[in-house]
Amino acid sequence: MEQNRKLRSILATDCGSTTTKAILIELVDGVYRLVCRGEAPTTVEAPFEDVTMGARNAIHEIEELMGRTFQDESGIITPQRDSKVGVDLYLSTSSAGGGLQMMVAGVVKQMTAESAQRAALGAGAIVMDVIAINDGRLPYQKIQRIRQLRPDMILMSGGIDGGTVTHVVELAELIAAAEPRPRLGIGFNLPIIYAGNKEARKHIQATLGGKTDLRMVDNLRPVLEREVLGPAREEIHNLFMEHVMAQAPGYNKLMSWTDVPIMPTPGAVGKMIETVASQKKMTVVGVDIGGATTDVFSVFADTFNRTVSANLGMSYSICNVMLESGVENIMRWVPFDIEVADLRNRIRNKMIRPTTIPQTMQELIIEQAIAREALRWAFEHHKSLAVGLRGIQTQRDIAEAFEQTATGASLVDLMKLGMIVGSGGVLSHAPRRVQSALMMLDSFVPEGFTQLAVDSIFMMPQLGVLSSVNPEAAQQVFDRDCLIRLGTAIAPVGTAKEGDDCVSVKITTSQGKVIERKATYGSMHLIPLAEDETADAVAKPARGFDLGRGKGHEVHAKVHGGVVGVIIDARGRGPLGLPSDKSKRIRKLVEWYKALDAYPMDILGKYLG
Amino acid sequence: MANAYTPGLLVTESVIVRKRRRLPIPGEVMVKVGDVVRPHDVVARTQIPGDPETVNIANQLGLEGEEVLEVMKKKKGDPVKKGEVIAEKVSFFGLFKTPVHSPIDGTVDNVSGVTGVITLRRPAVPVSILAYIHGTVSEILPREGVVIETPAALIQGIFGVGGETQGVLEVVAKTNAEILNSDKIKPEHKGKIVVGGSLVTADALKKAAQVGAAGLVAGGIIDKDLIEYLGHDIGVAITGAEDIPITVVLTEGFGQINMADKTFALLTSLNGQVASINGATQIRAGVMRPEIVVTSEDMRQSAERDMTSGMEAGTPIRIIREPYFGKLATVHSLPPELHVIETGAKVRILTAKLASGEIVTIPRANVELIEG
Repeated sequence: MEQNRKLRSILATDCGSTTTKAILIELVDGVYRLVCRGEAPTTVEAPFEDVTMGARNAIHEIEELMGRTFQDESGIITPQRDSKVGVDLYLSTSSAGGGLQMMVAGVVKQMTAESAQRAALGAGAIVMDVIAINDGRLPYQKIQRIRQLRPDMILMSGGIDGGTVTHVVELAELIAAAEPRPRLGIGFNLPIIYAGNKEARKHIQATLGGKTDLRMVDNLRPVLEREVLGPAREEIHNLFMEHVMAQAPGYNKLMSWTDVPIMPTPGAVGKMIETVASQKKMTVVGVDIGGATTDVFSVFADTFNRTVSANLGMSYSICNVMLESGVENIMRWVPFDIEVADLRNRIRNKMIRPTTIPQTMQELIIEQAIAREALRWAFEHHKSLAVGLRGIQTQRDIAEAFEQTATGASLVDLMKLGMIVGSGGVLSHAPRRVQSALMMLDSFVPEGFTQLAVDSIFMMPQLGVLSSVNPEAAQQVFDRDCLIRLGTAIAPVGTAKEGDDCVSVKITTSQGKVIERKATYGSMHLIPLAEDETADAVAKPARGFDLGRGKGHEVHAKVHGGVVGVIIDARGRGPLGLPSDKSKRIRKLVEWYKALDAYPMDILGKYLG
Repeated sequence: MANAYTPGLLVTESVIVRKRRRLPIPGEVMVKVGDVVRPHDVVARTQIPGDPETVNIANQLGLEGEEVLEVMKKKKGDPVKKGEVIAEKVSFFGLFKTPVHSPIDGTVDNVSGVTGVITLRRPAVPVSILAYIHGTVSEILPREGVVIETPAALIQGIFGVGGETQGVLEVVAKTNAEILNSDKIKPEHKGKIVVGGSLVTADALKKAAQVGAAGLVAGGIIDKDLIEYLGHDIGVAITGAEDIPITVVLTEGFGQINMADKTFALLTSLNGQVASINGATQIRAGVMRPEIVVTSEDMRQSAERDMTSGMEAGTPIRIIREPYFGKLATVHSLPPELHVIETGAKVRILTAKLASGEIVTIPRANVELIEG
């Protein structure tokens, strides 16, 4: 591709498990903008078994809407020929056919195995299991587990360079004994990436070379104090293209159409989150809640982490959310009574008919209650994996010496969190945007000042792959067309009795308008502030409450507006002040809904009894 | 977005059913194109490598990894018997011998001079793939399996548990609303597939297992009854491998829901015929629904599956979400514009005429076609 030539038009598709989404980005008055989108059912499965049919259909929708032509018999027409025919760049991501499924292995569970897990997750994989010498299972149990799983590939690590080779060879012998088979391609050898102690390579080759499709890359923990995930991630992407994609129906054709390699969808979303965090210089949490899985991405302390909760989702895995959280935890977000047996049947029916949508207010509130629990569990999972390197020596100053924190503490610091970006049907398509804001506040419980946003039509995957070629275009579209800013939440940390003072907030808009609110503990308030506006905020927490500068200390900050505005969340933190008494809880939920205008109260009233 | 509706489950008296029968790893195909096969016929087979067993010789004999090679009595590829000496350490000029015995019958798969661990492998396990349906072999997948096809009546359910099995269909409900309780299950239902109406009860499940019925088919089941019967909860929608004696196929969903008239009428017309059923359900990539297949003897009735052409006024539908969940209706109108529903969402809707004659508004995503 010519680096100097400015791209005029970019076509990008994301082939999801159920839907293939196409977007057209064009240079409009010198700025890249989303100009059109189309979608069609994905066609990886029988009877079609050719992913390009779905891609063609989705692109065709754009062609029809725009009155232009982007494809011919041989594929996508590149570069753009004139204003009617062709595009300059075609890209695609894919999670169809179950995405990328991996198993990882390392010598020590908390060290090399954890690093391998981070590398696989960061590359966009679902990690089916983590095998380690010290994972508590007996060798035969590990072998049985490896035999049961049919991953797309295995990433194996262990040992620092020049360290002992015995343990990592033991791991290789376990894998060799299991004779693992790949998920796709019955006659193919399973790809294994070795990213461990360089000294052990010849032994690993002798043990696994003949039985598997073995690849060697640089050690992902060359020394204890450093994690180098890049080479392993790159090899995962190469294998994803060569092996997984090449086996899936129609992908060889799709690969020949795209100008850059196809990326796994979550890998592309992660790339976009990383780009946003670095360009905006802030800590970001991104979440994508799907039907089967919930992905959480974060950038804290310049470290990117991704986790996937493979069995937390809103359709295929919805029963698992009920199983993990318990019906009572779902019901605590619901302001009316419903028979437990009825609720369980409804959740099961959503599982078996995943494409249905809530028609009544009652169904909507139940679905959003389940989403809160799925998001909460996924975030807990993320916090437990997004940690600093364990087992390393750290230098502490005298103040830190008294904090008694161990290595491997979670990197997620809610007070430092700058922005939460939500995506996935339940967040992106909530009938009122404030419902998405409330779901994210309830499940992530951010502290201090936090911007909230949603991905309007879930185009982060396409923008992620675009950012690998043209970060400028990706960023421009992300800011102008992808992100819908909901606003900023102000949430003091602390607890008190209901009605006690919590925080007073004074906001001065750019036009000089001053808005003041005094919030008591247990209340929520909404101050409208438009999407393109920022304002100066002065927040004075009451004694015992902290907004980031210590208890009772005033904080000055710039707040961003949004389609919702500025939310003062004075429900307290540590824990969130949700009453345990049912009637009190219902009263509070309704009070918060009213304060934020989250639901039409005349309709909700029908179900409140 | 003209096709923004859920394709229905196929319920038809005549269609060409094709089943791909594949081995988990390459092996030998036992039939040829044109062969007529019965459900229990083996169509392909293979040998799955036996389970490995590791023995840490270095630990047991107090040796370094590389020293193990010197004490081995068996080498890679050698067969071993349980109790046979596989390694032996000799000390004090041969006075003391410390042997290591094989814990299993098998072969030596690997001897590691690095870790001092050896891997023994049990004998290979033969695996056979059965035809599952009565039909004709239409395609050979070299070393992998076959495709079998047959004209058949096919009923796809919405959810099921339990794997592939066969039996004679016996419809015990007089109407599609009748509950399948334990009173309706008799000893003579051993080996049969018992068909009820709106609901299968927990007692009926237990009784069916007691009498040795092969399967149960009904409109719905109460969530808690199924979980109790299985002995574990269902987290994700992937079933078929449960360790249960009967296969259950639900045609409508969870709760008490009348079986669709068409489904009930077709099953009633097939009463007494042999069916192949499978409860396996997977709602994700590669959607798989449970099924009841009854091979038709009359080839003339067969037809290729007609890919759904869409919905129009009069098309029979099933409503698949509250507040009209489980109700059958016909499409009354298909307004093209978006419509604001109670939740406040703007969606594409249709109006449907319920059996009572009432006209109701439903999001198009919440109906499915009754196909066939």
